[in-house]
Order: sequence, then C-alpha cells, then structure tokens
Amino acid sequence: MKILVCVSNVPDTTTKVTFTENNTQFNTGGVQFIINPYDELSLTRALEITEKQGGTVTTVTVGLADTEASIRKALAIGANDAVRINAAPTDAYFVAEQIAAYAKAENFDLIFTGRESIDYNGGQVCGLLAEMLGLPSVNVITSIEVEGGKATMERDIDGGKEKVSANLPLVVSAQKELTEPRIPNMRGIMAARTKPLKVVEPAGVAATSATVGFELPAPKGSVKLISVEDAGSIIGILHNEAKII
Amino acid sequence: MNILVFAEQIDGSFKKSAFEAVSYASQIAQAHSGNVTAVVPGNVADDKLAELANFGASKIVSIKHDKLNGFNAETYAKVICNTATSENSGIVVISNTYSGKSVAPRVAARLKAGIASGVISMPNTSNGFVVRRGVFSGKAFADVNLTTDVKVLAITPNTFNTIENKQAVNIINAESGLADTDFTTQSVEINRVTGKIPLTEAEIVVSGGRGLKGPENWHLVEDLATALGAATACSKPVSDMHWRPHSEHVGQTGITIKPNLYFAIGISGAIQHLAGVSSSKVIVAINKDPEAPFFKAADYGIVGDAFEIMPKIIEAAKAFKNS
Ligand SMILES: Cc1cc2nc3c(=O)[nH]c(=O)nc-3n(C[C@H](O)[C@H](O)[C@H](O)COP(=O)(O)OP(=O)(O)OC[C@H]3O[C@@H](n4cnc5c(N)ncnc54)[C@H](O)[C@@H]3O)c2cc1C
Repeated sequence: MKILVCVSNVPDTTTKVTFTENNTQFNTGGVQFIINPYDELSLTRALEITEKQGGTVTTVTVGLADTEASIRKALAIGANDAVRINAAPTDAYFVAEQIAAYAKAENFDLIFTGRESIDYNGGQVCGLLAEMLGLPSVNVITSIEVEGGKATMERDIDGGKEKVSANLPLVVSAQKELTEPRIPNMRGIMAARTKPLKVVEPAGVAATSATVGFELPAPKGSVKLISVEDAGSIIGILHNEAKII
Repeated sequence: MNILVFAEQIDGSFKKSAFEAVSYASQIAQAHSGNVTAVVPGNVADDKLAELANFGASKIVSIKHDKLNGFNAETYAKVICNTATSENSGIVVISNTYSGKSVAPRVAARLKAGIASGVISMPNTSNGFVVRRGVFSGKAFADVNLTTDVKVLAITPNTFNTIENKQAVNIINAESGLADTDFTTQSVEINRVTGKIPLTEAEIVVSGGRGLKGPENWHLVEDLATALGAATACSKPVSDMHWRPHSEHVGQTGITIKPNLYFAIGISGAIQHLAGVSSSKVIVAINKDPEAPFFKAADYGIVGDAFEIMPKIIEAAKAFKNS
C-alpha cells in the first residue's frame, strides 16, 4: 500500500487575521504556522492503515522553505518520507496541478487531502486532483477501511451519512471523526531529522485565479443586553425588532 | 454569456438551494444578456423540473438515468461538463453543499476553468471577473478574480434570495453518454436524519457549549430548537467529550454556518468558534461571564445562569409558536 498525504501549512487557529499592502496580502508577521488540522487526521489514518497492512506514507506540500517545520512535524508523527514542491501556493487549482504533476508517475494506491484548508477554505484540492489524475474521489469521509484493492468509506452528505465503496486508486478528503490526530513523541522527533525530505521544482502551469483584495468583516455594533428576569422577552425582540423569527 | 446551473435534487425534489442557484444565475444572465440552462441528472418528473423555470431557467436539460439518482461526483461532473460544452456555457453555477463541493472542482478541472467556492457576491465585471468569498473560516473576505474563459462558481446556500422570474418551459431529455465503467464509486447505504433540520441548511441554530455542564442538560437546547424549528449545534469541546455528535461541531475546525439566527448558550466565543459562526445575521449569547468574548460578537446578550434563563426563553418560544 503506497499512500500520499497532502499536507498544507496554515496559520494557527488562534491567528488574528490582518492584511498588508493595501489589503492585498495576508500579514504573516508574528503568525505561527501549523499543519492543516484535517491533514493531521489524514496522516494519522494513513499511518494506521499502513501499520496494519504494510506500506509507506509519503507527504507532499506545495510551499516555500518556510513550510519545512510543518513537514518535519509530519515526519515526526510517522510519515516515511516527504516531498516539498518549491512554490508559493497561489490557489487550490495551482496546488492541485503541482501535486498531480508529481503524483502522476508515482502510482499511489490512495491519496488523502483534508476536507479543506482552514485558511482559504476552498475544499477543492481533492476533486481537482482526482480529476487531473483521472481517479475517483470521495469527499468528507468520516471513516475508511481498505481491503483487497477496495476502500469502504462513510462520508457526510447533506442531512446525513452515506456508505460508499470504490476501487483503488482513489483520492479522498478527510473530515473530523476520521480518527484522533497523533502527537509526535521524542523518538519520532529524533527520527524525523534523518528522514528524506525531497524538494522538487514546480511544473509550469497557467494561473486560473488571483486574489485581488481582502476585507475584514464590519465591526459589530455593541451588544444589547437583556436582564435575566426579562429573558423571555428575547423572543418578542427577535420577532418585532430584529424581524428574524 | 450563457450560464449553466447544476440543479441538485434529492429523491426527485429540488432543495431551496437549487432555486437560489437558478435565481443567482438568472441575475447574471440579465446583466450580461445571456440564457440560463439548468442541468438535472437523475429521474425528476417533468412537473418538478418545470419549477426551475419559475426562477429564470429558460432551458432544462434532464438526464434521466437510474444510476444517476444518487449523487456521484465523477459521473455528475461528466454530464455537467458535457452539457456546459454543448450549451457553450461561460459560467457554471453550483450550490456549495456537500454534493456541490464534491462535484464543482471536478467540473473546473475538466473544463480547465477557474473556480471560486463559498461565493457570497454577484460577480463584479468592471475590471475582470471578481467574486467575493469567505476565507480564514469567516474571519475575512477575499475578492477573487477568475481569469479563465469558463468559470465555476460554487455559491454559499442561504446567501442569495430566490427570485421569481417565470420563463417558458423548454425541457430537453438528453442521453447521459455514460458507460457502466464510469461509475467508479458505489453507494452502499444512505442514512438521512429524518424529522430533524440538517445543520447545514438551518435558518435558525441553537448551540450549546461546555457551560451546559453535561449531555443530560441538552434538553434545554433541544426544546428551544424544537419550538423555533431550529437545528442544534455545539462547540468543539462538547463534541470532543462526546456529549454531542461530531456532526454538530461548528467553528474553524468544524462546520462553518451562516444562519439567520444563532443562539450561543454557555459558549465562551473563542476565536476558533466565532470563525465558524460569525457570519450569522443575528447572534444571541447567553453566558454567566460578562467578559465572555461572545458578547463582543453578539447582537443580543443575557448575562446570567443558563439554567435559570433557558426555561424562560423556551416558555416564551412555545407561546410564540402557538400564537
Ligand atoms: C503566502 C500564501 C498566500 C496564499 N494565498 C492564497 C490565495 O490568495 N488564495 C488561495 O486560495 N490560496 C492561497 N494560498 C494557499 C492556501 O494556503 C491553500 O493551500 C490553498 O488555498 C488550498 O486551496 P483550498 O482552500 O481550495 O484547498 P482545500 O481544497 O481546502 O485544501 C484541502 C486539502 O488540500 C491539500 N492542500 C491544500 N494546500 C496544499 C498545499 N499547499 N500543499 C499540499 N497540500 C495542500 C491539503 O490536504 C488540504 O487539507 C496561499 C498560501 C500562502 C502560503
């Protein structure tokens, strides 16, 4: 079993988001970067699968050298080796094209992405990558079992869950519930230092989109307080004043 | 500019989001003198299909095929793209639901089209083709310029109004052009929660946090939700402790929601929680800590003990429902 896990490097969830250069660039000053939480779930599930039935787990990241701390962490968690595609990821289409160009020759049995990256929230890499590689894709999976060249999964659908099966090779995107993320231990951290991290140069691809500006939501007006004694009056206020019920 | 809408159906009926998508497309079409075609994979009866014409679709391409009744990302992408090509569509509009999110990127890759998902604005074409979307899980907006000839827009449900714009019905039955080998994933079983409003579609959400102390107190959340016809949600620690299912966890690492009304009961309002709920139109926060960050994000607040406050609100909500 040869598994590829896509790992994206994103601002820590506590980040206070600000922008620079006339609101055209995300301000990375003082921001801590982490492995995208959904990618941690993918990585852990991939390791569980290979520990049970043998195989290797490779991670791939489209990013500049400053992403290597997250990549080393992925190696410390247990990935066998890592690939960094040396380019700033400008949008999901670009990211997927780079990963597809690398993965084409590698014949992975299973490719994991996260459900979405918590910075740009596109949720696109899974579907784009699968289509570019001519593979089936199953989004937002909450469980996966692999046996005899076939995967059985559960995924979220609108208003419920669906059990689906597909033959490998396959691209899936991880949703919460897939597993509990693993934390690197000392042995893993030591081992990570000597594990292979290969840097490959990006494939030339045409841009399909560009972010031209950012804006922060308008600040909220001040909260209107209601006393505990009058708590029930909130229903009337929501009906008459806010006109929302 | 011709616009194609993928109108999503479940068991032969359209959801409100399908009408929103057609209305959205029809507004673009009116501004750019184009036509709106809706493509519907699966067996939908003609009178149901005709509902799409009420919102501005002048042509409906119905692809009746038993195997297309259930959603499948690969085959749906194929039939949507075949229709986009034969209709010469410059824009493909898709709802950003779970199914829409699965199919939209596949459509984009097949058509070599730039894609924006989670779109919350009409396109601005004064300088390129720019749409606005939420980023950083609701902490900011980004304006994205799509630079390809064909564009894919996955629009956020509950964001655009349905607008009546009746057209003459022109229903075309098209061949799927699919072979058995195209069906690479198989649906084994579908379990939809019945009798409960799905969180992703809810206009009102009642949500509880650690402040509710334990799962045995959740009737307070559920009773208010029932009285208001709302869905229930929770904060991350609550689902981590298994008081509530993971599918109810909202926030940066859970589901991002955008209801009209969000009740936050015993939830502090940590930045990661707010990220997933701050685009709610109206927020009511109930918390005994007057310094809870939620009061900065809320429109209405009640400072006090949820166990004292909730019964009063539930009673008022029941009276309102029966009035
Ligand atoms: C300085 C900087 C600026 C950026 N500007 C933008 C921007 O303006 N617009 C924009 O859309 N993106 C931008 N990105 C890229 C962003 O971090 C995401 O990688 C990208 O948006 C993914 O698209 P998505 O949200 O649609 O991905 P999703 O489909 O939500 O991502 C899902 C999964 O795809 C995989 N994935 C995503 N990105 C990568 C990656 N880089 N390497 C490996 N796997 C990955 C992961 O498994 C992830 O969980 C920027 C990144 C940096 C560092």
